[in-house]
Amino acid sequence: MSVPSCQLFDQTKEECGVMQSPLVDFSYVGIDAILEQMRRKAMKQGFELNIMVVGQSGLGKSTLMNTLFKSKVSRKSVLATSQEKIPKTIEIKSISHDIEEKGVRMKLTVIDTPGFGDQINNENCWQPIMKFINDQYEAYLQEEININRKKRIPDSRVHCCIYFIPPTGHCLRPLDVEFMKRLSKVVNIVPVIAKADTLTLEERDFFKKKIREELRSNGIDVYPQKEFDEDAEDRMINEKIREMIPFAVVGSDQEYQVNGRRLLGRKTKWGTIEVENIAHCEFAYLRDLLIRTHMQNIKDITSSIHYEMYRVRRLNESNTAVTQANGIPEHHLSAHEM
Amino acid sequence: MVLCCSIENLHVENCARAVPLSGHVGFDSMPDQLVNKSVNHGFCFNILCVGETGLGKSTLMDTLFNTKFEGEPTQHNQPGVTLKSNTYELQESNVRLKLTMVNTVGFGDQINKEDSYKSIVEFIDAQFEAYLQEELKIKRTLHSYHDTRIHACLYFIAPTGHSLKSLDLVTMKKLDSKVNIIPIIAKSDAISKSELAKFKIKITSELVSNGVQIYQFPTDDESVAEINSTMNSHLPFAVVGSTEEVKIGNKMVKARQYPWGTVQVENENHCDFVKLREMLIRVNMEDLREQTHTRHYELYRRCKLEEMGFKDTDPDSKPFSLQETYEAKRNEFMGELQKKEEEMRQMFVQRVKEKEAELKEAEKELHEKFDRLKKLHQDEKKKLEEKKKALDDEVNTFKQKKTAAELLLNQAQQAGGSTTLKRDKERKK
Repeated sequence: MSVPSCQLFDQTKEECGVMQSPLVDFSYVGIDAILEQMRRKAMKQGFELNIMVVGQSGLGKSTLMNTLFKSKVSRKSVLATSQEKIPKTIEIKSISHDIEEKGVRMKLTVIDTPGFGDQINNENCWQPIMKFINDQYEAYLQEEININRKKRIPDSRVHCCIYFIPPTGHCLRPLDVEFMKRLSKVVNIVPVIAKADTLTLEERDFFKKKIREELRSNGIDVYPQKEFDEDAEDRMINEKIREMIPFAVVGSDQEYQVNGRRLLGRKTKWGTIEVENIAHCEFAYLRDLLIRTHMQNIKDITSSIHYEMYRVRRLNESNTAVTQANGIPEHHLSAHEM
Repeated sequence: MVLCCSIENLHVENCARAVPLSGHVGFDSMPDQLVNKSVNHGFCFNILCVGETGLGKSTLMDTLFNTKFEGEPTQHNQPGVTLKSNTYELQESNVRLKLTMVNTVGFGDQINKEDSYKSIVEFIDAQFEAYLQEELKIKRTLHSYHDTRIHACLYFIAPTGHSLKSLDLVTMKKLDSKVNIIPIIAKSDAISKSELAKFKIKITSELVSNGVQIYQFPTDDESVAEINSTMNSHLPFAVVGSTEEVKIGNKMVKARQYPWGTVQVENENHCDFVKLREMLIRVNMEDLREQTHTRHYELYRRCKLEEMGFKDTDPDSKPFSLQETYEAKRNEFMGELQKKEEEMRQMFVQRVKEKEAELKEAEKELHEKFDRLKKLHQDEKKKLEEKKKALDDEVNTFKQKKTAAELLLNQAQQAGGSTTLKRDKERKK
C-alpha cells in the first residue's frame, strides 16, 4: 500500500472549485495543509495498540511479541518467574509499554493468556477471554455515556487477537475451531502457524490450504474480513493477504551473524533460520500487516464495527429489561450466545 | 461448567514502562496510515459568517477559497434574521473538502434587534443536537456522518473606526461559549492605518472588559506556537475581499481599484487577508474542528443531558443509568402528558357542565316569566270577562226595565188614552 507524501506550502496550481484562471499565480488556497495539521496532532497525541496473544503454552507467543516489537514486551520478560508453572486456570495478564520510533509514540499493551488450552478439560476455555474482551468494550461504553467525559477516552479495547496454531501439519483441532468461531465475532483474529520451522515448504502449503478450507467451512471470518473491504483497491490488497493466511511464523530475539550481517534468527545444526527472510518464514508479512500497513485499519474495524455491535447489543438488552419492567412484552432480544 | 479464571491487570494506565527498541519496527508509519484514511474519507469544515448586510461576507468567502460561490446579495428589508447554508465540494491535490458556509441573512437590518442573536444561537444548537441525536442512537453511523457543527464563526465588524456596536457585543457574548469566534474588521480599506491600530486596540479592550471569549490560536505545539502567538496579537484581522483582478507590474493580483490607488488583497501591508487565510485554513483548521468537538460540543452535551435529568452514576452503582433514566424519563413524560390530558378533559367537562347549568337556569327563568305572563293574561282576561258579564247583566237589566216600562206605558196609554184625547180636546177648546 503506497503512502502518499504530503506537500506543505507548495505553490502548485490547484484544481480548486469552479473558477480556474490560467493567468493567476496565487491560486493556492491551502486546504491540503490540513493533512500536515492532522499529522502534527497525531504525533502529539500518540497512538494506542492493544494486542492479545492466545495459544497453548510453548508455542512461542512471548518470543514472537518480542520479535515483532523488537524489545522485551512480553509478559515473561517483565515478570521473571523462577519456575514456569502452567497455571491451573486461564489467567489474563496485560502489560503496557511506551515505545517510540522517529517521534511517533505508541502505547502498546500486550495481553497474554497463560493457561489457555493447557488443561485436560478445555471446555469453555474461551469464556474468560470473551469476558475480558467484552469487559473492555463495556469500560469504553461506560466512559462514552458519561455526562462529564474525558477529552480522550482511554482505549483498552482489544484491537487484534493473534491466535497460535500448533504446527501439526494436518488440520485445525476442535479447540482451535471452537475458539476462533466464537471470537471472530467480537474481535479481529489473526491466526498464525507457530514454530513454523518444523514444517517444510510443501507441508506448510498443504497445512495452510487445509486451514483455509476449514475456516471457510466453519464460517470463521478472520482478519481481513471480506465484508469490510471498502473499495476495489482494498479488496485487491486484502485478497492477496487472505491467500496467505495463516502466516507461518518463526520468532526469535537472538541475533546471529549471517553473511556478514547481524540478523534475528534461530541457529540449528543444519542452518540458520532468518526470521525476517521471506524465503524462510512469513514473519515479515505478519509484521507488515499488523504494524506497517493495516494497524489503523485494524483499530478502525474494532471501533466502528465490533464495538458498535457490542453497543447495539448492550443498549437493546437494557432496553428490553426496562420494557419488561414496564410490563410491555418484548418481541426481540438478540442474545449473543457465549 | 464454568471455568473460573483470574484476571490480573498489571496495566496501570499512567505508568506504562518505557522500553527501548532494538531495531526498526515500522509503526512510525502510523501517522501516514491515519492521514491516508482521512484522505479517503474526505474532510468537512463549516464556517458561519455573522455580520450586517453589506459588509462583504460573501465576497470574502469567495476570495478565501478562490472560487465563486453561488448566491446574490441580499436585500435590506428582511423581517428577521435567517440562516442560509450552502455546501460545496472543493478539492486540492488529493484532499477533498466538504465546505459548508452559513450566512446570516438580514442581521442588523431590523429596527428592533433584540432577538437577532436568537436565530443564530438556535441554528448552532440545532447542529449540536443533530450530532447528539446521532451519537445517542442505538444503531449509529458516526464515521460516515456528515458533521454540520459550526467549526469557526467569522464575526464581521463594521469599519466605523470607533468601537464595537452594542449588537456586536451582545451577539458575541451569546456565541462565545458555543462556537470559535474569530472577529474580523470588514471592508477595512475604509480605515486608515493609524485609525486601524486604535480601532483594534479599542475592540480588543472592549471584548476583554465584557468577558467575550474569542478563539485563541493554540500555542502549545512548538512547531506552530510562534506563528500562532504572533497572530493572536493581530486580532481582529482587518480584511479586504475582492474577486476582481488588477494588473500590478506584470502579474494579475486580486485587488480593489480606486482612483487614488489600488488595495491589494494579498499584500500584507495593505490588509490582514493573508493572515486570516493562513490562520483559518493553513495552520489551524484541524484545531478549530477539534475545539468544536471537544469543548463546545461537550459543553452542549453536558448541559443538555443534565437538563434532561441524567446524572453520572458513581462507580459501584448499576451501569446503564443513561438508558434506564431515559426510559424512566420518557415514561414520566408520557405520564405527565396523560395527566395533563386528563386535567384538560376534566376542565372541559366542568366547563360544559357549568354552561349547561347556566343555560338551564336561563331556561327556567324564561319558563317562569312565561308562566307569570300567562297568569297575568288570564287574570286580565277573567277580569274583562267579569266586566263584560257585569255589563251584559246591566244591559239585560236595562232591557228588562225598558220592556217593563214600555208595557206599563202601553197599558197606561190604553187606559187613559181617551182621557188624554179629551184632555187634549179641552185644551184645544
